[in-house]
This record gives sequence, structure tokens and C-alpha cells, in this order.
Amino acid sequence: MGDKSESERAGPNTRLSSADTATSGTDDWFIREVLPLEAALMQFLRSNWNNESELTDLRQDVYVKVYEAARKQIPEFVKPFLFAAARNLLIDRVRRNRIIPIEAMADLDALGAVSSDSEPDRIVLARDALRKLQIVLDRLPPRCREAVILSKIEGLTRREIAVRMNIAEDTVRQHLMHGMRILANTLYGERAEPRSGS
Amino acid sequence: MTDACAKGLAEAANAADIEVEAADWLERKIGGSWNERDDALFEQWLARSPDQRVAFLRLSAAWSYADRLSALRPVPQPRMSAAGLGRRPLLSKIVIAAMLPIVLIGIAASYLALTGPRAQVYATAFGNRKKIVLSDKSQVELNTQTVLRFTADRTRRVAWLDRGEAFFQIAHDVKRPFVVYIDNQRVTVLGTKFLVRSDADRLEVAVVEGRVKVDPADDAALHKFVVLIPGEDAIISAKSVSVARKGVKNLDDTLGWRRGVLVFDNTTLADAAAQFNRYSRKKIVLADTEAARLTIGGTFPIDNVELFVRVTRDVLGLHVEKRGDDEVISR
Repeated sequence: MGDKSESERAGPNTRLSSADTATSGTDDWFIREVLPLEAALMQFLRSNWNNESELTDLRQDVYVKVYEAARKQIPEFVKPFLFAAARNLLIDRVRRNRIIPIEAMADLDALGAVSSDSEPDRIVLARDALRKLQIVLDRLPPRCREAVILSKIEGLTRREIAVRMNIAEDTVRQHLMHGMRILANTLYGERAEPRSGS
Repeated sequence: MTDACAKGLAEAANAADIEVEAADWLERKIGGSWNERDDALFEQWLARSPDQRVAFLRLSAAWSYADRLSALRPVPQPRMSAAGLGRRPLLSKIVIAAMLPIVLIGIAASYLALTGPRAQVYATAFGNRKKIVLSDKSQVELNTQTVLRFTADRTRRVAWLDRGEAFFQIAHDVKRPFVVYIDNQRVTVLGTKFLVRSDADRLEVAVVEGRVKVDPADDAALHKFVVLIPGEDAIISAKSVSVARKGVKNLDDTLGWRRGVLVFDNTTLADAAAQFNRYSRKKIVLADTEAARLTIGGTFPIDNVELFVRVTRDVLGLHVEKRGDDEVISR
């Protein structure tokens, strides 16, 4: 795994096979520009929606909207675009359900002018990536962590991991799937903790 | 449960399901047994809707990102290293297990001397709330306009809720039963956390934890007694007892005042206004029955009548007029 570039490293395994260049352009944009804003998006959703159990669903809906729109035209400024989509979604829901989500409802008005800061999120993500990954690893249940490490670092196949850990292949599957989801949630969904030192 | 609620839940399950499907595909891709047939099936799955695509992109991007893990742990001797990594958590687990503290349930010595018949009185003013700790270490949260008296000796603990509403968290003490008297009803505590609210013509008792027995102090009363379990909310009037199984989670809404909020779920404006009016001098007045019957849901700060009125006006399209201190809502 020496000095391969990022994109090579992602490799054929994770790149979607669609040959449609417009689509893969949108995919790249989505991964590069939108996902790093997830922590901020979640914070926004959380403080404007009081039903915790619906947050994942809301996030998904925002992503779909944004992705669909970007397919037609990739927006110039990502952050305001993303937050406008989130805001509109919340307002739609309020109207549809007649459920007013919160003390912060009043704030929805103020959100029209969500700042278009100079996107620090991506930089933070890069800088904190290693530490965050470490956090994710620590957080995984031991067996799950072991499976992830064998897969990621040693590049073992599912069967090889099963033999090494002396468990069923299907259990390895479950471990890896669980690890993937926690990885994504921690990497994108949470704000980095304040740095100590450096 | 309202339709809106049910729908929300269904959608939430949906997004999580899609994520599991995405993880399933991603695992297959990296698992080492991918073939052409999988390719076709995967394409089909992806094409189903942007939901699938977005969920997959998210997981796979994070997974690729984790390639950097290799930088964290140089692996000159992969096998050894991996085995070590695998073992470390196991070891720490054992250590933790060994260190698990032995839980000592200390039965507090009855340090309380006889306090005599004189009861301590606690009260809150209109619109106020207060947390108090009784002499037996039980904690009580008093809602607006509440008066509570309490006394304890070596054999018993007695409280009188003269008016208002209180949430009790009773200190465990088997030797001294805890009893609350409200009007002519007696609430004997068999457990730890419960709410008692006394209104003009009715009593409400809701249990969050443990069990509570409610019986009439007056033997001539119609009902004998009821024992309430967690999640149950009983309304007791002179003539009837009705017990609603609300569930502990929904009781959380009933107890919203403890967090300084009022929680409505398909609540009529008439009810919502009555609830706000318990806390505020500025009253919400519903000018016509049509408006009073409209329902609303949501969580509102208990002390912000203006916000509630404004939001109600905007969402339900009602007319609001200020009359003195009051807010008059009409269609």
C-alpha cells in the first residue's frame, strides 16, 4: 500500500462501476465536498428537530435532495446550498405534520442566512482524520475491531479473517458491516474534539 | 399515536435499513468473492433510487478513508501485530472485570431523630418551580403553585400535597414507608419515582419507576384501591378511577415541566392554552370553539407564551390579537 494516491487507494473496490462520467463527477463532488460537512449538518438538524430518532432519516433526505440537484448542476457554494436544503426540508415537515419541532423553531427564520464561511470543515477533517480513526477503532467492540483491522491493514479476505479469528464467515460479515457504519458515523457525523497540544 | 408520528418512525427505519443494505454490498465488494453476477445485482440496487447511491457513497468513502489506518500501525510482521491488536482489548476487558467494584448497598442508619409532629412546609409561587430535598433524602420537584408538607420519624414518612403538582424520587428505606396524602386520597409508595398532581376536582398519579398504591383514606369511597406500575397514569375523581397505560417514554412528555418545557402531541389548543395558563399571568384566550378544537404538536419552552402563540398563528393560520396582557386567538 506504499505511496499510492488517494484515488488509487480507494481502488476498484469502492468506486462505483457506473461509467457515466456525469454521475461519477457528482459522486466525487458528493464525497469531497458534502460528506465533510456532515458534522455541521447533524448539529444543525439536532438543534432544530427534537425527535432524535428521525435525524438519520432527515440527513438521508437532505443528501438525496442535494445529490439530485447536483446531478443537474453542481452548486458553486456547497455549504449554503446544503443548509438551504436542510432548512427547506425541516420547514416542509413542519407544514406537513403540523408538528412544530422546538424551542428553536424561531431560529429557523434566522437560518436563511446560514453563513458561507470559508469551509473549514474539510481541513479539520483531514487534520483530524487519523485521530478520529483511532477513536473509531477504540470504540468498536473488540472482535469487530479485530476484523476491521485484519481487513483494512492486512487486506485479508473475509474467509481469511474467519480462519484467523476462528469464527464463521457470516460473523465476520456482521463485524465488518457494523464497523463500516460506525466508521462513517464517527468520521463524518461527529465534530472533532478540541485538539490537545500541537 | 398520530399519523405524523407513525410516518416519521417508518421513514427513520427506512434510512437505517438502506444503510444496512449499503454496508452489506460494501462488505461483499471487499470480502473477496465478488463476481460478475454481483456486479449486475449491485447496479440494479444502486439504480433503485438516489437513496441507495448516497448511502453507499457515504459508507464506501469512509471505508476508503480508513486506509490511512495503515499509517497508524506499521506492520512489519503483520501476523504478530494483528494478533497483538486483537488480544489487547480482551486483556483490558479482563482487567476491567476484575476491578468491577463490589456494589455495597448501604442501608442508611436511622440517623433521623424523631422530628415530632411538626411538618416542614415547602411552597412554590405562581409560575415557579423548585427542587427540594426532604429530610429523608428523598428528592421532590415542585411545579407551579404547589404546597407540600413533610414529616418523618423512625417508623414512617408522611407528605401532604395540599395543592399543585410534585414529582417524587423517594429515598429507599424499607423500614419507613412513604405515604402521600392528597385530599381524601392516600398514595402509598412502593417504589421510587412518581408524579402527583392535585387539581380542583381530580387527582393524577403517574408512575415512572417502582410501584405506587392509591387508596381512599375515606372508607366510604367507591373504589377500594389501585396499584400503579411504571408507565401508568391514573386520573382519580370523586366518582371514578381511570388508569391510562401511557408508557414511561410518554410520561416523559407529561413531566416536561421538569425540564422547563410543555410537550404537546395532537393536543387541542384549548388544552395547550390551559397548560400554559398555569404558568403565566399573560393568559391565552381562545375566542371561538373552532380554534379551540384545532390540534397541535411540539415542544415549547414553558415560559415563552409569545413563541407558542406566534408559531400557532403561523402554522395553523390563526388570528391573534393582544388584549391587555392576554393573547386572544381566533379563526
